[in-house]
Amino acid sequence: MIKKLIIGAAVALVTAGAVHAEPMDKVKAAFVYVGPIGDHGWSYQHNQGRLAVEEALGDKVETTFVENVAEGPDAERVIRELANSGNNIIFTTSFGFMQPTLKVAKQFPDVKFEHATGYMRADNVATYSARFYEGRYVIGQIAGKMSKSGIVGYVASVPIPEVVRGINSFILGMQSVRPDARIKVVWVNEWYNPSKESAAAQALIDQGADVITQHTDSAAPLQVAESRGVVGFGQASDMINFAKKAQLTAIVDDWSEYYTTRVKAVLDGTWESQDLWGGFAAHMVKMAPYTNLPDDVKQMAMDTETAIREGKLHPFKGPIFRQDGTQVIGEGETLTDEVLLSMDYYVKGVEGDLPK
Amino acid sequence: MSADILIAIFVTVITASTPVLIAGLGALVVEKSGVLNLGVEGMMLIGAVTGFAMAATTGSPTLGFIAAIVAGAAASMVFAVLTLTLAANQVATGLALTIFGTGLSALAGKGFVGRTVDASIRIFPDVLALHPLGRLIFSHHPMVYLSLVLTVGVAWFLSRSRAGLILRAVGESADAAHSIGYNVIAIRYLAVAFGGAMAGLGGACFSLMLTPMWSEKLTAGRGWIALALVVFASWRPGRLLAGAYLFGLVMTLELHAKAAGFGLIAPEVLAMMPYLATILVLTIISMRPGSAYSAAPACLGKPFRPPV
Repeated sequence: MIKKLIIGAAVALVTAGAVHAEPMDKVKAAFVYVGPIGDHGWSYQHNQGRLAVEEALGDKVETTFVENVAEGPDAERVIRELANSGNNIIFTTSFGFMQPTLKVAKQFPDVKFEHATGYMRADNVATYSARFYEGRYVIGQIAGKMSKSGIVGYVASVPIPEVVRGINSFILGMQSVRPDARIKVVWVNEWYNPSKESAAAQALIDQGADVITQHTDSAAPLQVAESRGVVGFGQASDMINFAKKAQLTAIVDDWSEYYTTRVKAVLDGTWESQDLWGGFAAHMVKMAPYTNLPDDVKQMAMDTETAIREGKLHPFKGPIFRQDGTQVIGEGETLTDEVLLSMDYYVKGVEGDLPK
Repeated sequence: MSADILIAIFVTVITASTPVLIAGLGALVVEKSGVLNLGVEGMMLIGAVTGFAMAATTGSPTLGFIAAIVAGAAASMVFAVLTLTLAANQVATGLALTIFGTGLSALAGKGFVGRTVDASIRIFPDVLALHPLGRLIFSHHPMVYLSLVLTVGVAWFLSRSRAGLILRAVGESADAAHSIGYNVIAIRYLAVAFGGAMAGLGGACFSLMLTPMWSEKLTAGRGWIALALVVFASWRPGRLLAGAYLFGLVMTLELHAKAAGFGLIAPEVLAMMPYLATILVLTIISMRPGSAYSAAPACLGKPFRPPV
């Protein structure tokens, strides 16, 4: 008995000290969402990932989630509570959860944390994000082919590098098939506000945009596109149900594979802190079926998707010029991940000033 | 700026302002009867989810709007029983109704997330909307015309009808109305039910007109804007209409300014505007005692217990 206890204590010590752990019989995994899982966008897709983990690992895993968690002090309370209640791995799925995650992680060295879209790590805090800009390059190309006016309306959320990068990738894709392409951007300064997003799309169409794209979480802009007879793209999930005639494709976030791998790693005792920024190749970003498109445009989109997946094409390959005409990089160069992660300028072709 | 763009802006403004106007008219009548129901946002959400669920199930947006009216009125009855029969604090109960409505609508709407309905109803044939001027007048959703009819109806009811006079009497001096034989509680029940019905209808304008879908917190705080506009309008339906359209115009123009490439005002400031304007109006009417007396119903928010 005493021997057993000593071994137990020794194992506990080793587990606390090292990142590697013993294989486990059952893992408790928790997920923290910034929005409602009913947003049919960002949080919805994370929750789909959670369901996929349950599906794949069956009774070896027990998952819980907390939705609608405000970024700030509330998040810290929620994360601590989840860590306290015996969860082995906790996924915090919004940029604003970064500090709370790190703070709680320090107090619970045995618990693994995974923070989405952040850049700060620790021994028990990994980060992950998806290269959504790869998808945006593809839809930019499609827009270039489908737009008559050459003007695209972009309903944007909050001016952080992630969103700015998406706008730039879109216009670079569009200019690759149509050099005179222009983008009008409306920042609604919220991630999720259907009526505001819809009003923004109305305004953009009124000003001559005949393709609508969005980096906000509701299907509202796409619905406006449908009712006004222009085309658009789904965001975060396949939104074809909202716009059967207007949706050309959608950029789909797919966390299933990543979440399953990481939870399984905890189960096997092989989990390590890491940073993963995956795109098409990592199956984190997918394109919804191409619809309402002529065959040649469809083919072009699929070829581009393949080229990006295989690493033959990088959306941010030179030459790239800023909005004011100054050159960022020349022919043959490619923007590094570091530069991409802190992108705070528009490239040529985007109209208006970037809000600071 | 060409005439086409101007007309396009006006069409957008009118449509976007309609739900706030309808919900605001309901709140106005409730407040005129001396009751302050802060549950507008919650009732709007209940109306929005019920309307969408009904339309998605039956395929008829009209039935959806009717269901939303019934659901909004039903939700307001919870408030009415607590505050009118049991004389609970109106502010606290109204806030509770909003929080309750937010949660209930999210729960009830779980199965409807990601679905959509064909909610396009037009009364006038499309031919009439071909000319830009025709578009300004004939291209709207029936709810837009209904909101205008309701505005005129409420204005007439309050200022010209006997029933409206009684309602105002109840709101100005419940004791006096009681002493000459009116059933204050019953009249307030009716007013609260009307307010709930209008909030429900306003909510359904979101899920069946503006953005034909259901998702949590779909109304995004417009119930509060409606309440603020009632004060801004100093409890007059005509001014409420103007206020609602003005609010819609400011929001839309800001988006157009951004789309055209120049942001005029910080969006955060803009989001504060309806409330700032309300505070300003309240300050002004409070500085002129005579008009303050005539603007706000004297018994607003005060529970009434009939003397035994």
